[in-house]
Amino acid sequence: MMAPAGDGASGASRGLEERAELRSYGWGLGLALVLTVTPFALVHWAAMPGLPLRGLIGVFALAQVIVHLRFFLQLGFGKKREITLLLLFSALLLLIMLAGTIWIMASLATRMALPVQP
Amino acid sequence: MSDAAMPDFTRRPGPAERGDDEDGEAGAQSVLVGFWLFLMSDAIIFGMVFATYVTSTAATAGGPGPHALYDIPSVALQTVLLLASSFTVGMASLALKYRHGAPRLIGWLLATLALGVAFLGLEIHDFQAMAAKGGSPSRSGFLSAFFDLVPLHGLHVAGGSIWLACLIGQMAMYGVDAPVKLGILRLVLFWHFLDIVWIAIFSVVYLAGMT
Amino acid sequence: MSVGGILAHPLGRLDRESLPFWQMLQDPSRDNVINGSIASGAALMVVIGAIATIALLTKYRKWRVLWSQWLTSPDHKKIGIMYVVLAFVMLVRAALEAVVMRAQQAFGLDGGFLSPDHFAQLFSTHGTIMIFFVAMPFLTGLINYIVPLQIGTRDVVFPVLNSISLGLTAAGAALVMISLCVGEFSTGGWFGYPPYTEADFNPGVGPDYWIWALTLASLASTFTGINIAATVYRKRAPGMKLMYLPLFTWTALCASILMIFAMPPLTVATAQLALDRYLGFHYFTNALGGNVMNYVNLFWMFGHPEVYILVLPSLGVYSEVISTFSAKALFGYRSMVMATMAIAVLSFAVWLHHFFTMGQEANINAAFGIASMLIGIPTGVKIYDWMWTMVRGRVRFTVPMIYAIGFIYLFVLGGITGILLASPTIDYQVHNTVFLVAHFHNTAIPGVLFGLLAGYHFWFPKVFGFRLDERLGMVSATCWIVGFMLAFFPLYALGLMGLPRRSVSYDVPAYVPLEIAALLGAILLTVALLALVAQLWVSIRTREENRVFAGDPWDGRSLEWSVSAPPPEYNFAVIPTVTGRDAFTVAKETGRAFEPASAYVDIELPRNSALGPVLGATSFALAFGLVWHIWWLVILCLAAAVAATIAHGFARNTTRIVPAQQVRRDHRRWLDAVAAARAISRDDERTSANRGVAEPALGGAAA
Repeated sequence: MMAPAGDGASGASRGLEERAELRSYGWGLGLALVLTVTPFALVHWAAMPGLPLRGLIGVFALAQVIVHLRFFLQLGFGKKREITLLLLFSALLLLIMLAGTIWIMASLATRMALPVQP
Repeated sequence: MSDAAMPDFTRRPGPAERGDDEDGEAGAQSVLVGFWLFLMSDAIIFGMVFATYVTSTAATAGGPGPHALYDIPSVALQTVLLLASSFTVGMASLALKYRHGAPRLIGWLLATLALGVAFLGLEIHDFQAMAAKGGSPSRSGFLSAFFDLVPLHGLHVAGGSIWLACLIGQMAMYGVDAPVKLGILRLVLFWHFLDIVWIAIFSVVYLAGMT
Repeated sequence: MSVGGILAHPLGRLDRESLPFWQMLQDPSRDNVINGSIASGAALMVVIGAIATIALLTKYRKWRVLWSQWLTSPDHKKIGIMYVVLAFVMLVRAALEAVVMRAQQAFGLDGGFLSPDHFAQLFSTHGTIMIFFVAMPFLTGLINYIVPLQIGTRDVVFPVLNSISLGLTAAGAALVMISLCVGEFSTGGWFGYPPYTEADFNPGVGPDYWIWALTLASLASTFTGINIAATVYRKRAPGMKLMYLPLFTWTALCASILMIFAMPPLTVATAQLALDRYLGFHYFTNALGGNVMNYVNLFWMFGHPEVYILVLPSLGVYSEVISTFSAKALFGYRSMVMATMAIAVLSFAVWLHHFFTMGQEANINAAFGIASMLIGIPTGVKIYDWMWTMVRGRVRFTVPMIYAIGFIYLFVLGGITGILLASPTIDYQVHNTVFLVAHFHNTAIPGVLFGLLAGYHFWFPKVFGFRLDERLGMVSATCWIVGFMLAFFPLYALGLMGLPRRSVSYDVPAYVPLEIAALLGAILLTVALLALVAQLWVSIRTREENRVFAGDPWDGRSLEWSVSAPPPEYNFAVIPTVTGRDAFTVAKETGRAFEPASAYVDIELPRNSALGPVLGATSFALAFGLVWHIWWLVILCLAAAVAATIAHGFARNTTRIVPAQQVRRDHRRWLDAVAAARAISRDDERTSANRGVAEPALGGAAA
């Protein structure tokens, strides 16, 4: 989010700027809705096996996250470059933490599972 | 050592000088950077709770699982509400940035608040329904993990709603002054962040749970 | 939790039996009397300490000063000082606990004098306090004080948040202290593994004390990380690019980033344990789908970056100290920065090495083992850079330099044992023996603690305006170095001989001589601590002879030395413009170090705020209520904390102005002192001729 626009921009260019941002939000909302409805529909109606379906859900989720970041938060490699880099760095760390956790816990589940408790 | 040879920092204040004036653009940017950093730490918290959830999906201990407990239509409605609130809060930030005046700003903010509260109402109802079907958090590791993740998000939405109400209160007292603007900018970031976390929740918890 | 229930038990589960001497009175067996006396003695010290503090404050009428100039101050310098004071107080307690444990183990062949329960509390508090309430506050205090000065700014981005962090840390420390007086502390070690710490096995207050103390500390550190990272990123003086930052600021920045990303897993792990204990959830229970390894995984995901949070600022101190006392720019600046960043990022990829033995497949162990060994490489780069800094420099063996040199050879040893432990094969042999205890003390004491003490000696004159007594400093440093070796090197042997960690007693006579040596080492370390206290006492008494108001007693290289000692509350009369590394050295060499400004401006500073101490007090009471199940207190404090935070949001008029004439007066006064002081050579820097102005360095020292 930008801080309130300064007095430097003229009225006309600010009007253009505002319309551009409105368009961005409009696109964002539209894309997000599509990316939401589709996975819900897939789960409800598609007769797909579990793992590919979950993969597809993940893809839609990731896409929608990017839509939010791009269209609602105006992130990218332009004006908000540093924040975008921060997000990418955080995503990297999160990936290591999540992937590591799943790898470790899966291995433990295979090798160290207790017999089922009554 | 004439003035011409040395930079006279009192004539040309650098960003640090402008940064001392916390009402100025530089000061606001510093606060927003700090808030982004806070959001990153919050993202890691959610990430770790997600990790717990993902590694606990099999730990139903003979108790009810997703198919028995999840109310997908309700979740779909909650998703739409939250997405709409993301849009309205974005409209609020535009109203702020392009100076459309306090009434429009407050209008969009109130819309966001209403949508957020509606979201919470539905969610709480869902939890009660789950508990009635035996899906309480103390029933199994899976349910404990569920009840860490989803209510954690709900608590954040509740906190954001209270924050929103306080900002409206501050606007009533002080008008849209600089601290209020900064507060709204941060709230908007927070609200978008929560919607992003919700995308992960409805995908990983609810939809994936039903496959 | 009904109203009737609250009225029936207004103090929750707190009752007479929670007092440390109760069991001793009820059942005066030999064991109970010994343990009860030790526990009561400790509690008494806390009570006496508290009463003495209150009495002194009242006698000298300092309450108002304490409140308005310290507790509510948003000044990063004041906050930094308070952090370090807290750290020293807690260091005394944790060190004494270590001595008691060493004594117990020295007599451990016959069972010793401590009950297993008491011993378990001791190792739990020792570890918890040392990490969260000594090392973290100490390094946070140094970072808080020095970093804004080094980057040429007036304060951090969030001064009130800074005060809140201090309040929360103090609340956590207070919680651990009060556990001496009522109830008992956790016996689960500093990492509190379930299911032992679950309600099934430990329904008492111990683990709850531990959980809430850690929660408070972890929240405080997260906020500090955000504050410092934002500050270094956004508030640098004009011209100060990132690659011109002093190394201490670099390491502080990397440690802050680690705090932001590494504290959350701890917050989650302790919160989930709390949910298990309070609300019967099943994250880590044995039954109904709990999984202990989730905790272990989460905890060490925090725990490993945490040890780098602890060590990185000290590594930064060594860079400052070594370059200053070698009168030479730091060798290989770029490689130092890269190494620091590499250590920071890699620290997130090695956490499994803390639990190699828990049953996951060998490939996972191998991957994490390799990553753990890789971390030794950037650390090695730093060691070489420090050594090359000293080569061809004009080295002075001041107290900080003694710590630095002791660090270099001792930390390399500790690091090498770390590389050994990084091999899963070796780790299987020595995991959870005292070999491991020796390793981590070998990195924590020479690495972390010596760095913090070196920083304390190095920057003390800047903070308080007079130098510390050098002779007692040397005594202390020597005792720390020799004492450390005597106390911990035997543990390497003991570990290889098979002594498990946390053993209250043992039955192998061959251990005894090594245990006695370790006890002597512990006593020597206590002497070191006493020498530090004595040094402070003597230094305060002789402070007039050792004043260095002009501010540059060591011929420093970075901007914190370019202001008076102590600095004015706004740090710089005029924000400097920076053109390269070692900004102050550059200024001195180009004759620009002590210029009056052509014009002075009003300076805006944040006003005091009560939010920090209020949140500190309410969070302490809240945590206490949670521990003892005093639910009305919990609700009350939660409401108070929320109300205070909301009220703070409504506050306006949060800044005040220091008028330009005041700034000009302060600046002129300082410049006059600089002019009046005799510039001294480095040979005289430890004499009372040192008034804080350095003679220009002789030509020939490599830049």
